[in-house]
Amino acid sequence: MANVISDETMEYVGILAQLELSEEEKQAAKKDMESMLDYIDKLNELDTSGVEPMSHVFPVHNVFREDVVENGDGGEETLANAPERRERAFVVPKTVEM
Amino acid sequence: MSKQYETVIGLEVHVELATKTKIFCSCSTAFGSAPNTHTCPVCTGMPGSLPVLNKQVVEYAMAVGVATNCQINQYCKFDRKNYFYPDNPQNYQISQLYLPICHDGGIEIETENGKKTIGIHEIHMEEDAGKLVHDDWEDVSLVDYNRSGVPLIEIVSEPDMRSADEVIAYLEKLRMIIQYLGASDCKMQEGSMRADVNLSVREVGAKEFGTRTEMKNIGSFKAIARAIEAETARQIDLLESGEQVIQETRRWNDDQGYSYAMRSKEDAQDYRYFPEPDLVPIVISDEWLNRIREEQPELRDEKQKRYTESFGLPEYDAQILTSSKKLADIFEATTEICGKPKKVSNWLMVETMRLLKENEMDAQDIRFSPANLAKLIELVEAGTINGSVAKEVFEEIFKEDIDPEKYVEEKGLKSMNDEGELRQTIEEIVKANPQSVEDYHNGKEKALGFLVGQTMKATKGKANPGIVNKILKELL
Amino acid sequence: MSLLELTAVELGKKIKAGEVTVEEATSAALDAIRAKEDKVHSFVTIDEEGAMARAKEVQKQIDAGTLSGPLAGVPVAIKDNLCTQGLKTTCSSKILYNFVPTYTAEAVLNLEKAGAVILGKTNMDEFAMGSTTETSAYGATKNPWNAGHVPGGSSGGSCAAVAAEECFYALGTDTGGSIRQPSSFCGVTGIKPTYGTVSRYGVIAYGSSLDQVGPVAKDVTDCATILETITSYDKKDSTSVNREDTDFTAALVDDVKGMKIGIPRDYLGEGLDPEVKQAILAAAEVLKEKGAIVEEFDLSLVEYAIPAYYVIADAEASSNLARFDGVKYGYRTEEYEGLHQMYKKSRSEGIGPEVKRRIMMGSFVLSSGYYDAYYLKALRTKALIKQAFDKAFSKYDVILGPAAPTTAPKLGESLSDPLKMYLGDIYTVSVNLAGLPGISVPCGVDSKGLPIGLQLIGDCFKEKNIIRAAYAFEQTREYSRSPLAQE
Repeated sequence: MANVISDETMEYVGILAQLELSEEEKQAAKKDMESMLDYIDKLNELDTSGVEPMSHVFPVHNVFREDVVENGDGGEETLANAPERRERAFVVPKTVEM
Repeated sequence: MSKQYETVIGLEVHVELATKTKIFCSCSTAFGSAPNTHTCPVCTGMPGSLPVLNKQVVEYAMAVGVATNCQINQYCKFDRKNYFYPDNPQNYQISQLYLPICHDGGIEIETENGKKTIGIHEIHMEEDAGKLVHDDWEDVSLVDYNRSGVPLIEIVSEPDMRSADEVIAYLEKLRMIIQYLGASDCKMQEGSMRADVNLSVREVGAKEFGTRTEMKNIGSFKAIARAIEAETARQIDLLESGEQVIQETRRWNDDQGYSYAMRSKEDAQDYRYFPEPDLVPIVISDEWLNRIREEQPELRDEKQKRYTESFGLPEYDAQILTSSKKLADIFEATTEICGKPKKVSNWLMVETMRLLKENEMDAQDIRFSPANLAKLIELVEAGTINGSVAKEVFEEIFKEDIDPEKYVEEKGLKSMNDEGELRQTIEEIVKANPQSVEDYHNGKEKALGFLVGQTMKATKGKANPGIVNKILKELL
Repeated sequence: MSLLELTAVELGKKIKAGEVTVEEATSAALDAIRAKEDKVHSFVTIDEEGAMARAKEVQKQIDAGTLSGPLAGVPVAIKDNLCTQGLKTTCSSKILYNFVPTYTAEAVLNLEKAGAVILGKTNMDEFAMGSTTETSAYGATKNPWNAGHVPGGSSGGSCAAVAAEECFYALGTDTGGSIRQPSSFCGVTGIKPTYGTVSRYGVIAYGSSLDQVGPVAKDVTDCATILETITSYDKKDSTSVNREDTDFTAALVDDVKGMKIGIPRDYLGEGLDPEVKQAILAAAEVLKEKGAIVEEFDLSLVEYAIPAYYVIADAEASSNLARFDGVKYGYRTEEYEGLHQMYKKSRSEGIGPEVKRRIMMGSFVLSSGYYDAYYLKALRTKALIKQAFDKAFSKYDVILGPAAPTTAPKLGESLSDPLKMYLGDIYTVSVNLAGLPGISVPCGVDSKGLPIGLQLIGDCFKEKNIIRAAYAFEQTREYSRSPLAQE
């Protein structure tokens, strides 16, 4: 079964991933994704009914921190790599809509 | 309008928990610091950083779940909610979708129309976002991650509410429960309690729900009531004119009194949730759950009952005193010290309430200590100071939490209880006011009051009013 | 004999004995780097000044007796996806071209505590996505055995640096084979430990549920020693396992008598290069001669590991890499109008094609309507693969097979057909899905003179079994130096 990804889907995934692909990149990625999906469809051969999805390999649970403040003023380190900063804050294009 | 409509409302309430540290790192949750002070690699999404869950968050979430009659998922997990926004440093929010910590609960509310249970669909734990400050002059916003990673619970109700009154009653009840648990201060003004309103309308008697809209982050109870009214009217207008309600998120502008759609091509609303691989599941043992149940503090209804039954307070007093956990705490602590519940209640219900109102404060903001109020009550009881001086002293206690004993001593406010001394003063006043004496003898009771007033003035308010009355009557 | 011929542990002994100073070792390594980088390009960042200053400091501590471990003073190269405080960490991506972390990865901290001297950061496939180290934004690394071939990936820089003798050992990371496959291609030894053994704190995540840090070195003794040093229970990593039995060097025993070794028949079938197959079976024969019980068996589900792996890894990557957006660190595009254009342009200009493809794929499989069909299906398949391994380890102590189906391909051959490149991971990815430990040790060269790696897989927390088997095998042969090392 050959998977077909529409241009709209590529557009949509681009919005989700915040990536803007050139037309050439888009066509290449589309082709690659289609063949990957064909390959992934192989999983449908497997009967996985009744199998619990496994997100963690080990049954480790309840890893907690106590509610104790350990960090001091981290401002300078946080901002050390900022592409654009103003005093103690990061600067981004204005975010208010309308 | 020919048809009859009803409004169907469900709420998503976000509550910031009162932990000392953030949900996934040991940065402080304190308010009021310079931008990005309380930040570290974890809460700013630095590459390679990893989250570790604050146990207290789980305990608070469980406590709220138990208090709102929810089932607790004894196996629960975190999921990632993916969306891009600069206040969200990782561009995903760690939240719970598939196995939230609490589900299927409900609380009883009371309105003019009687009692009703509002169902709670689920409660989940998640992290708060940072803050964006918009520059007025330039086309930029400034990002501050101090709030990023502050723990939240989101309480999702069933669509069980039918009016703004019910919504307010539900929110107030919820706030009371959470404050009583100490899980949050639930201050809407400061954003530690925020509500999203899901609203639809349908014809009375219809079985299906209408299409709903969501209004985000409304800032006060009053604004919520206004937003509900306006949105109900807007939806009915649409239906009446044969149009359709569009399922969308709207922003309520309380100043202008209208809402507008927040639509954007970039806003796909497809959050691609999947299990958070950096955190392990939470397994809540029966022992742990039982401990949380046992440690549940007395909630408002039980407290009210106890106040009337064991302290003999009138229902009205019990209701006011329990209207805030803080007030109830002060009442109990003060009564514990002085053993005079009704006196304590009076101070709290009259003077304290008056001062709160005058200063536009909330009971949460009370800063005075029960010990000082107890001392004040003792001073009055012992006749050391009189009622009007006591009110003056209480204002100082309310403002500065002063020690009333010292204050009375330093300011020389003690009552004049010495009959000999007072008699001398009063004799002088009687002598100086022959007209009043005559009026009194002619049956004008008011004249006595005038003479008492003059005595108080001469003693700077310190005279014991009982003794003054007694001596005056003797002299006249 | 050049100092760089020494293994890490051999050098550590000489330093301890006062025969070599840390500064001598460090400057010898820096000289080698200067001489060979043009030919191999293993490094993204070389920290000459920092390394020499650190060497001096470490020597002082050794002289004072406060540092005495086996790796004290031994220079190391670190893969560029491990954060190093004050030292640029790029993940071989343009989007992190100027990122200087303010914190150090826990694994690297553990090495520093043991007296390591960091020479620099090694090249890799961008964000560890690739099997050739050709997707690096800073140019491909070349194979020290033949500059026309790739070193493998994604830890290609670390493996090439060890094989070229530019350093004494290196750290890599392994998400789907990224330590074992390039170790195999470069003729060096590398271990991917059990998931949760080495802290992931400070490792720039690719697939969080699969990533592990591990050692790359000339021999098994070095690898066991390094692994013992970097292993720690870390409270900053919730998936860190507080495990016992981490004295891995105790397993350096030349004895496999009675050890049960299984060879999956499914690893020897179609797609396996005959020369590689021959070398692997010969290695099995060697272990058999040494007293191990070796037999073939059916592991099953092998062909499902790659599709399941790519769904899971790409999905996690699409989320993990969302943070690279031009707001907090790294590359921000020059000109933009509004927030979303800033995001899109910064990401599109800063991220290379292979990584973009995987982010797109990962976003797609998680998107509304596809989650169950792809992501949950993959997680269920993962559970079945784990069960298959559990069954195998109820019978065998070690599973033996190739690390890769072929030896190193030529530069430029792989990227044109990603699916074919992904198929090269067939023997390694299932180990990550099941959280198992695996080691790759050199077991010969093919007719082109390119190294072949033997992969030994252990049950969870049973690194000692694979270390023992690998060590016993290693005792039967000499270490072969790469041609570039001998220049």
